[in-house]
Amino acid sequence: MRMLEIRNLHVSVGGKEILRGINLEVARGEVHAIMGPNGSGKSTLGYVLAGRTGYEVTQGEVYFDGENLLEMSVEERACRGVFLAFQYPVEIPGVGNMYFLKAALNAQRKFRGEPEVDAMQFLKLVKKQLKALKMDEVFLQRAVNVGFSGGEKKRNEILHMSVLQPKLALLDETDSGLDIDALQIVSEGVNALRSEDRAMVLVTHYQRLLNYITPDKVHVLAKGRIVHEGGKDLALELEKSGYAGLGIDDTETDRGASHAR
Amino acid sequence: MVADSQTISAVNQEYKYGFVSDIESETAPPGLSEHIIRFISAKKNEPQWLLDWRLKAYRHWLTMVEPTWAAVHYEPVDYQAISYYSAPKQKKEAPKSLDEIDPELLRTYEKLGIPLREQERLSGIAVDAVFDSVSVATTFKGKLAEMGIVFCSFSEAVQHHPDLVRKYLGSVVPHTDNFFAALNSAVFSDGSFCYIPKGVRCPMELSTYFRINTANTGQFERTLIVAEAGSYVSYLEGCTAPMRDENQLHAAVVELIALDDAEIKYSTVQNWYPGDKDGKGGIYNFVTKRGACRGARSKISWTQVETGSAITWKYPSCLLQGENSVGEFYSVAITNNRQQADTGTKMIHIGKNTRSTIISKGISAGFGQNTYRGMVKVLPAAHGARNYTQCDSLLIGDHCGAHTVPYIEVGNVTSKVEHEASTSKIGEDQLFYCAQRGLSMEDSVSLIVNGFCKQVLKELPMEFAVEAQKLLGLSLEGSVG
Repeated sequence: MRMLEIRNLHVSVGGKEILRGINLEVARGEVHAIMGPNGSGKSTLGYVLAGRTGYEVTQGEVYFDGENLLEMSVEERACRGVFLAFQYPVEIPGVGNMYFLKAALNAQRKFRGEPEVDAMQFLKLVKKQLKALKMDEVFLQRAVNVGFSGGEKKRNEILHMSVLQPKLALLDETDSGLDIDALQIVSEGVNALRSEDRAMVLVTHYQRLLNYITPDKVHVLAKGRIVHEGGKDLALELEKSGYAGLGIDDTETDRGASHAR
Repeated sequence: MVADSQTISAVNQEYKYGFVSDIESETAPPGLSEHIIRFISAKKNEPQWLLDWRLKAYRHWLTMVEPTWAAVHYEPVDYQAISYYSAPKQKKEAPKSLDEIDPELLRTYEKLGIPLREQERLSGIAVDAVFDSVSVATTFKGKLAEMGIVFCSFSEAVQHHPDLVRKYLGSVVPHTDNFFAALNSAVFSDGSFCYIPKGVRCPMELSTYFRINTANTGQFERTLIVAEAGSYVSYLEGCTAPMRDENQLHAAVVELIALDDAEIKYSTVQNWYPGDKDGKGGIYNFVTKRGACRGARSKISWTQVETGSAITWKYPSCLLQGENSVGEFYSVAITNNRQQADTGTKMIHIGKNTRSTIISKGISAGFGQNTYRGMVKVLPAAHGARNYTQCDSLLIGDHCGAHTVPYIEVGNVTSKVEHEASTSKIGEDQLFYCAQRGLSMEDSVSLIVNGFCKQVLKELPMEFAVEAQKLLGLSLEGSVG
């Protein structure tokens, strides 16, 4: 059984159709890359899978582990193992990053009927992950994403992912705004989480992330549809000849669907 | 869809302290007159000077009109319909130990989470429990007395420490101060009294727990805390009342006096019954709290978490008289459903190099209206005075309101006054982010609100801070809908 099955998914935002019939299957253990020019609907796909309000599914179905994902609340999806690494991680003033992450982990454990972890157990767990991501422990004490640099925010998303250990990780433009060193660290973090039980979907505009993370499959999205599919070579081809080389207009500037701020 | 229009099936938890205790009470007939004041004074076996002081206050009150400048709206209070005295009946005059207290009363406090017996044995907090009009028990008295600390009910203080009471009563909040303070001065029935001798650091938190039980009574307590030179005390105040359909009046007065190098930390978690979701019932909380930093380098710090009451009218203030004295005000005020709060502080800089800090966090949800009203006044002699004010408002939903009304009067050019204000809404993106990590809507709101209030909550003593955090979550339950 496929972990994620998307069938003929149509999504509108504010009455405007952004996704126009997406079909996608992701199996356990696979890493997929979704590439496409700005405004192609990449971020919308991540948001609609995570359940953000305002993204109206007008047609189609999404199954996660055989269950209807679209009927679940945002937190139920999260608790069942759907994780979204945000393109623009949100600031929560006054709430310590560690406190937040512990609350999240325990909410998920509670949902799954597992015992909650106490502060000591959590600290041990999180410190191990911090080290792997070359993040300082002060990250834990600072308020969630407040005053973090762009790179720090992205690394924090990977930290959240490492601690929450999702089944399906959706990474929305995790590479944007990162310098080469940060990109390498983030990639290492992602690679460390690759496992036979976990599926990942990387949403990205540029090929460079795929120099560090080798996808099993690459899908090219344009104007709300998947227009090309292939193996990792497709990404290389894209790098060489650009989106135009595939006959895709890369000047699409309609970002109405994205939550760019 | 934005956060406000989302619907969540929140379990609307009922006000947890809304029960009524079945206790035989002695209650005065409704109405206010010189006769009733004489009755209260006689009940408490008061000296003549105190009766005279009450009567003077009453006659002055008759000449006053209820203030209307606050941004709150309520049906006029019928002062003749209120009973001004209610006390649980006791076999003897005053209980010598907890064994002599009506077991039903002890159970009431246990239900409220304040087990007086255990409190005495286990925890490190001394409690004075005020039930309707009288103080029913004070714990840890003996241990405190060894250090020369007086912590007792106001009535006892009048009997055993009349000179101290007479010297300080009304010296910070005179009976002429305002309508509600005048009323309180005339009819106050009990409260807490606390005296910390020179150089003594009070080793435990002192606490008063106020409970209104009887219907149609008002609660008019009076708290007086005197910190002699070089002393320190941390004082906590908590309050609850049963759920009743009619409004009940609570008009208290708190006076603090800090002499040279003394420090008083006064923390309140106010959780009076707020009324139901349509605004029926609830406590009118009309309170005058003021501290005088009389001595040089003295410090008074107010911390309040106001979650209850139908209407809150309250401005804990500092008179910064001593040179280099410090005043602080940390406040969290929540209004949900139909609650209204008009609260803030006054920092009056009189002495040289006096400093004050005001941190106010207002949270409005439902149809709640929340006003910060604060005054910073620097008198001409207050050279080098400093003030920093920060007022932040958080809105949850589309029907509530937040208002900030700062008054700044500066009479000295060497002083420096700063005011910062912000208003924000709980963001849909914040709620989505929390939910995406697996947190429920209720937990997310509670987390975001607690984060918003952190600067204030960290000022509370540890035990209180945990309680206050829970209370914030409870007060807002069902507000994101």
